[in-house]
Amino acid sequence: MSSLLKNTIRFILFILIQAYVLDKIYPIQEYIKPILYFLFILWLPFNISRPALLIVAFVFGLCMDYFSGTPGLHSSACLLIAYLRPFILNILLPREIAGTSYAEPSIKSMGFAAYGVYILILTFIHHVYLVFLEWLQFGDLLFFIGKITLTTALSLVLILITEMLFYRKAKYKTNTA
Amino acid sequence: MRNIFLFIKKFFVFFLFLVLQVISISILITYNKTHQAIFSGIANEMTGWVSSKYNDVEYYFRLKKTNEDLAAENSRLRTILAGTLDEPDTTKLSRIDSLLKDTLGRVRKFNFLPAKVVNNSVNHENNYITLFRGSKQGVNTNMAVCGPDGIVGRIVSVSDNYSIVMSLLNHNSKVSAMILHSNYTGIVEWHGSDPQYLELQGIPKSAKLKIGDTVITSNLSGNFPEGLIIGTVTENSIDQSTGNYHLKLKSATNFFTIQFAYLIENSMWTEQKQLESKSIVNP
Repeated sequence: MSSLLKNTIRFILFILIQAYVLDKIYPIQEYIKPILYFLFILWLPFNISRPALLIVAFVFGLCMDYFSGTPGLHSSACLLIAYLRPFILNILLPREIAGTSYAEPSIKSMGFAAYGVYILILTFIHHVYLVFLEWLQFGDLLFFIGKITLTTALSLVLILITEMLFYRKAKYKTNTA
Repeated sequence: MRNIFLFIKKFFVFFLFLVLQVISISILITYNKTHQAIFSGIANEMTGWVSSKYNDVEYYFRLKKTNEDLAAENSRLRTILAGTLDEPDTTKLSRIDSLLKDTLGRVRKFNFLPAKVVNNSVNHENNYITLFRGSKQGVNTNMAVCGPDGIVGRIVSVSDNYSIVMSLLNHNSKVSAMILHSNYTGIVEWHGSDPQYLELQGIPKSAKLKIGDTVITSNLSGNFPEGLIIGTVTENSIDQSTGNYHLKLKSATNFFTIQFAYLIENSMWTEQKQLESKSIVNP
């Protein structure tokens, strides 16, 4: 399956799952909200150019926004993690491996520790920014801190489950291909 | 000039990031102020279509509950009908009046339009409901919306076939309310904690009330007809700083299972607003 087709299917699936499964779950507590959709951006291939990454993230966020009824909120947070993603990948792994051997970030291509740190940092940044934008409207410090910590923890659990349920074959890119 | 181009080229990604970020923040801010998003018409039609497909499936699982709700509402309405009254005195005739205007010159002020709920959320900070009825079917912004059990919210955005309701579970939602029998009025709000409970502010300490009192819409509730149920009081405490009650209400509408809603058309609304905007200098 080509990378474009695979990512288009993921684009649609992530939005539908977030809008019609996770957003429909009975809220357990005011600080906890299951958020998984941004994993699409973390799973995009290594070799995508940075302007393209930003535009894809913007369009993806905006689609999510129109389904959840808050235009601009998710797209803004998605843009931020899309902009920071190349920097964090550069720090976490040497340039040669990142570009040539594997197609996209996964446990297999980066190693568990590096992939875990990558997920943790970007999830945290995404949630801080998302909750910060909400906080500007409502302004409650306890809400701000509580929601970031609990939602980040829940998102990490969800990502772990997703990784275990949908085992991605890490495609090894050869020189001939 | 050349240097400028080189500079822009060097930091192209950063500038693209800034431009897109500014666009999304401005969309967010304009939407929060006016509830009119850019492309909202097209986006409403698109997401509304997907949502109604999804709802086709979801609806099956709630058919029984929805039927029970509608049957209960029907029976309640039938008991209100004048025809069920037993009147031995034949000098007084009671008739069911379905005319727009009756012979005494009374006009029908509120008109109820049914609508199917196709999308609904309860766990955002600001929740909206999408209804399958739009401007082509006579929906305007600011129309009030109620469900079979109680009030739901108010219309904020309309496209051709769909409309979006700001539900009571929204930080921007404020509805004037009144406690049944004691007639003290306050404001019903929601602070984002539990979708089953609303908060009622502004009832003075002197008001007599007890747990279980019904809260209804007041005559000041704007587009809402007077006397629709909002909820029942479940908790009361006194706010020390203002000396007012701080009441927690259990919402009469179950926002988790709502499938049908009624749009309430107020035929006098534009007239009232025109008069108020003329006479009130400082609103």
